[in-house]
Amino acid sequence: MKQSTRPDEKGHFGPFGGRFVPETLMSALDELEREYAAMRDSSEFRSELSSYLSAYAGRPTPLSYARRLSERCGGKIYLKREDLTHTGSHKINNTLGQILLAKRLGKRRIIAETGAGQHGVATATVAALFGLECHVYMGSEDVERQELNVFRMQLLGADVIAVDSGSRTLKDAINEAIRDWVTNVHDTYYVIGSVVGPHPYPVMVRDFQSVIGRETKEQIMEAEERLPDSIIACVGGGSNAIGMFYPFLDDEVRLIGVEGGGFGLDTDKHAATLSCGSPGVLHGSMSYLLQDTDGQVLPAHSISAGLDYPGVGPEHSFLKSTGRVHYGSATDEEALRAFQLLSELEGILPALEPSHAIAYLERISPELRNKIVVVSLSGRGDKDVHVVAEALRKKNESHR
Amino acid sequence: MSRIDETFKVLLKKESKALITYITAGDPDIETTLKLVPVLEDNGADIVELGVPFSDPLADGTTIQRASQRALGKGASLQAILQAAAEIRTRTSLPLALMSYYNPIMHYGIEAFVDDASKAGVDGVIIPDLPPEEAAECRNISDTMDLNLIFLVAPTSTLERIRMVEEYSSGFIYCVSVTGVTGARREMYEGLNGFIQRVRACTVKPLAVGFGIATPEQARQVAQWADGVIVGSALVNIIERAKDFEEMAREIGSFVKGMKRRINMT
Repeated sequence: MKQSTRPDEKGHFGPFGGRFVPETLMSALDELEREYAAMRDSSEFRSELSSYLSAYAGRPTPLSYARRLSERCGGKIYLKREDLTHTGSHKINNTLGQILLAKRLGKRRIIAETGAGQHGVATATVAALFGLECHVYMGSEDVERQELNVFRMQLLGADVIAVDSGSRTLKDAINEAIRDWVTNVHDTYYVIGSVVGPHPYPVMVRDFQSVIGRETKEQIMEAEERLPDSIIACVGGGSNAIGMFYPFLDDEVRLIGVEGGGFGLDTDKHAATLSCGSPGVLHGSMSYLLQDTDGQVLPAHSISAGLDYPGVGPEHSFLKSTGRVHYGSATDEEALRAFQLLSELEGILPALEPSHAIAYLERISPELRNKIVVVSLSGRGDKDVHVVAEALRKKNESHR
Repeated sequence: MSRIDETFKVLLKKESKALITYITAGDPDIETTLKLVPVLEDNGADIVELGVPFSDPLADGTTIQRASQRALGKGASLQAILQAAAEIRTRTSLPLALMSYYNPIMHYGIEAFVDDASKAGVDGVIIPDLPPEEAAECRNISDTMDLNLIFLVAPTSTLERIRMVEEYSSGFIYCVSVTGVTGARREMYEGLNGFIQRVRACTVKPLAVGFGIATPEQARQVAQWADGVIVGSALVNIIERAKDFEEMAREIGSFVKGMKRRINMT
């Protein structure tokens, strides 16, 4: 069965997706859907976006052969280097697309949510580029954990709003951004950072991120004259994973999404929504969700703030249900080890998010002989250095 | 005909307006909710709305967010609230509506929920994050019971959307008075009258207006144009501030009485 079909006209991927928002936003979403459809088909828009992606964001990003990592894990491992984009992660692919759309809609005020700060920084960056007012919602706990990114956003002229409600993390930042949008919908554009939220966001963000997979396909064909056997990407909301997977959905390529396993799936401290959750409605769409027996959303945990989210994009839920994509997880500790491994073997400090994808290589290492594997290296690790330092210090202490 | 339909019919005959009062169920505990409903009724509430607390109430302002947290902290759940509703129903024939986000209902099971809510004597359900497009399953089931499914229209709703909500909504149509979340406000939305007239032109169903109505004067103003006035956060604020139940009951009582008097002074 062809897997790469679009959702139905209401934004459903099988039973997942849709639009579960207050009525106040429904007309704005209709408008967004219409305008996005018009823009997607406009060659003028496509060439404008692609010129920003190359001249401003630094695309195409390289597909690097990881020689020493390959020797260590077996197989032939390539890294798709989203860490080399401007602002240091794949998030810029989406913010450029959406803010060009916001300009076309005539919205002057941009809002966004952010967890670790990568999407906030990418949004603030593009807002600065186009001279738009920008407000970024961030859970107060994340504001404390990611001081540097808060300062980066402020330098870029954005107003960072600390969110004190609920668990004071990404989930609550999204709630607050939606509340802002409900209130200021007439002049405000909400740039969602992942393939989550009400239709058309999951489709739109996927389309903007698919540049990752399209480039990878060309690059691997050039390097190996064939498609890879497997592709691995980390999944929080799931935007880099969908962007990487989507162009390969109809090919014979094994696709693996890796969620944040936190302290382990047998504990209550993880972010493995697809592995351990159940279907529910959060942030405007139906998807897998970490929730209790009363349908209350449970807090997630991951060492990586970008994976620390109790929901996941609806298309991932669909791809899980069809079995097209396999979803696994890696624990905090495995990710930490992978972070060190890639730094030492390849001279690349990966972000903690894709460190989970690297960690998964070790798990499947016995199967890798003579196989070509691509790992989506969705961002660079500078932002995580202090988290890693702290975690390693604790680990050393407990070993003493 | 549901108790909600009946209430609006009777009020219409008397040319008076409905006062719909919202409190978050289980805030600060279920006991208090059970004791507050009679206070609301005795002081003039025509319909009582019980909010089902949710961890991520994205249509609510800070007042109801905090109330939801208090209630969840004390273990309020949809199941416990349905039990409370059943208990309330043994003592009164006042129309009861539940206001819940979709996820707790979905998790409970839509069919089981509609069944249990009807058995508990609940008359209507308001689901603020469930637009008509996604409500096919709920509608099919609630149509077979006598449970009103009440949908919302907002000032941003297009004529096409107003017509769709009109067709789907039963009991009354919930007109959101502002573009924004719930919570007390000083100013009313300027275009409110025009908005209500736009909805009125599409329907013969009763219109109740809510979100941001906090003072008797605002309620009076809205009641000139609508069939009912919904007040929520203002009551929840009183519950939050009160030192003990006596104070809470006294203040809630006098607030509701004042509201009721003013909305019928039009």
